[in-house]
Amino acid sequence: MNKIGLIIQREYLTRVRKKSFIIMTILGPVLMAALFIVPIWLAMNEDDEANILVIDDSFLFTERLTDTDNIHFSFPQASLDSAKNSVLASDDYDAVLYIHREILSTPQGIQLIYDKQPGINVIRYIENTISNDLEKWKLAKSGIDQATIEAAKTNIKLVTKKLDEVGSESKSNTELSMIVGMFSGILIYMFIFLYGVQVMRGVIEEKTNRIIEVIISSVKPFELMMGKIIGIALVGLTQFLLWIVLSSTLISVSRTLVEQHFQKEVPGTNLEQVMSSSQTLAPELEEAQEAELNQEAINELMASINTIDFPVILGSFLFYFLGGYLIYSALFAAVGSAVDNEADTQQFMLPITIPIIFSFVMAQVVINNPESPMSFWLSIIPFTSPIIMMVRIPFGVPYWELGLSMALLVLGFVGTTWVAGRIYRTGILMYGKKISYKELWKWLRYH
Amino acid sequence: MNTQSIFEARHVSKQYAGHVALSDVSITVPEGTIFGLLGPNGAGKTSLIRIINQITAPDEGDLLFAGQRLSQEHLQQIGYLPEERGLYKKMKVGEQALYLCQLKGLSKKDAMQKLKYWFEKFEIQSWWGKKVEELSKGMAQKVQFIVTVLHEPRLLILDEPFSGFDPINTNLIKSEILELKKKGTTIIFSTHNMGSVEELCDHIALINHSRVILDGQVGEIRNRFRSDTYKIDFKGSMMQLGASLGTYGELLSHGPEGDHMDATVKLVNGATTNQLLGNIMRSVEIRGFNEVIPSMNDIFIQAVERYNKEQKAA
Repeated sequence: MNKIGLIIQREYLTRVRKKSFIIMTILGPVLMAALFIVPIWLAMNEDDEANILVIDDSFLFTERLTDTDNIHFSFPQASLDSAKNSVLASDDYDAVLYIHREILSTPQGIQLIYDKQPGINVIRYIENTISNDLEKWKLAKSGIDQATIEAAKTNIKLVTKKLDEVGSESKSNTELSMIVGMFSGILIYMFIFLYGVQVMRGVIEEKTNRIIEVIISSVKPFELMMGKIIGIALVGLTQFLLWIVLSSTLISVSRTLVEQHFQKEVPGTNLEQVMSSSQTLAPELEEAQEAELNQEAINELMASINTIDFPVILGSFLFYFLGGYLIYSALFAAVGSAVDNEADTQQFMLPITIPIIFSFVMAQVVINNPESPMSFWLSIIPFTSPIIMMVRIPFGVPYWELGLSMALLVLGFVGTTWVAGRIYRTGILMYGKKISYKELWKWLRYH
Repeated sequence: MNTQSIFEARHVSKQYAGHVALSDVSITVPEGTIFGLLGPNGAGKTSLIRIINQITAPDEGDLLFAGQRLSQEHLQQIGYLPEERGLYKKMKVGEQALYLCQLKGLSKKDAMQKLKYWFEKFEIQSWWGKKVEELSKGMAQKVQFIVTVLHEPRLLILDEPFSGFDPINTNLIKSEILELKKKGTTIIFSTHNMGSVEELCDHIALINHSRVILDGQVGEIRNRFRSDTYKIDFKGSMMQLGASLGTYGELLSHGPEGDHMDATVKLVNGATTNQLLGNIMRSVEIRGFNEVIPSMNDIFIQAVERYNKEQKAA
């Protein structure tokens, strides 16, 4: 036992001290933070200035297209051709918007003629404004006035509630469950792959180094294998924890920075406005309604966050995170032991990677139907359960299913480790031989 | 010499899918000796060594360590230097040596103290903080040798210990081996290098095609392979010598004609050396008369060839 401790310690320390570990630990949260920050930053720095000449033969839109911060319309009394010329001749104008005479009856054929490609936001803004206005024109023509239209506008938000065995209802939030489920599924998937492959590499390294024979003359091969697997699991957990700590600090720090920046530099604008700048400016009433709705949504979100059983989710996440890794890493170790170098691993990797990728693909099906028989079975079978069960848990899973799935996962782990151990102890001493599945089967039956 | 055996294998057999590695192998390694494990490539030496190290288990047969059934606890009393050796390339020398010694059951403090002693002895203190990949092959081997003997095993198994060493380091390792023997360590020494067998070994076992075909004390084996052959240095002519052998001896070979000549003669018909000498001293002037004792190399080749021939015949 003492020796396994030594092995775990070595596996852990050599990896944690590696430059690549430190780089990945720092880079991971930066990438995660970038995922949040870059879109905001892009939206903020959109200096998509566009000066557009409008030639409106229908006279419906003249002086009705409103400027935004970076889109400016002018309505010259000129022909289309001379407008085109002035776009070409001067840098003051970027494009000509041509609206033909019969726009009400045939809404197609509005042209934007440019010499400098306008951004997608400019195009979308023009399209939205024109189609909105056209709608209003048409409605007005058929005798419906503005007030009626506003009064008819209705926003719907479905309230979903989970009915449990006792008959009491609890508010749930399907989107939130989906996000939590999918996120944990993806993390487990990544963890299995990243660290399973590290186990395999470690085994191949010892084999090609030829240090293996020295070590197994001191400890049992099984102890070496388990020491390696556990050591690397600890490396994974360390990295994972560091990521959580680092990325949450990064995200909160950057968020406050961004907000401060906005309040100082551009008074009157805030993040939400920038984000929604591409939408048409809604009348006051609508905005107020929207805000109310948003507030309601937030309240509801908070309420459903409270209904999510976080201790259960966190506990089972840790369990499946480790269980999924353990059940596969032993197999990765067996593959590493059977080959002489990494290039030969391909043929044996397939049976390991297929169930992992399969569960990952099935996760997107399960998430839409977490209670179906298929979802049930996939979350019970040990090879798919780590990812699938984690996807299901936020939707609420009966405790007996969870218990069964966990018990089977533990059994599965014992089973794969036993199989892998037998392949491993023969494989690590085999050199220069192309190994087939038949050969592996023979190794399994040695005593 | 202490006659207690440190290791004993009784009727050990081991089979791998499709081929027999060891069949009915029995050897006894007396404590405090250097025991040569000889044999052609693929004869089964490595299989036997791995069984002693409990890397693999035999299919049949019993293994005893100092009279007890061999078990995991004995691993701490065994040191093993495999033929194919290596270290973690990215790990620092000192750290790695410490790790390997701790795996053999030494406490960190003990291991540190002993490593210091050996590193000073071999004058390699400056390697401590280096990564193994920065060392030459010979340097890495030295480190590995130290790690193998550091926990002062009762039984040391060295598989081709001199491969990869230059003559100077070979001598250094040789004297270390002899010193360890003086301290009472038993050494199983597997090699193809028959010169070093003659120099170092007290006992040998020769394995061929998974069987022990020859074993015993080196002196006794060489005696067994004596063939009443003598080398005669003399002055005179070859003709005279040949004629004088009579029915006592048979000329096997001779050197060129000249002032000093030599011939190799085998006694035949149960003659004694005195009878032979009595005859030839009348014809030529004898300057030297020595028994030709077969070298381990000759014995090795003879034994293996004889065995292979017998197998073919059978």
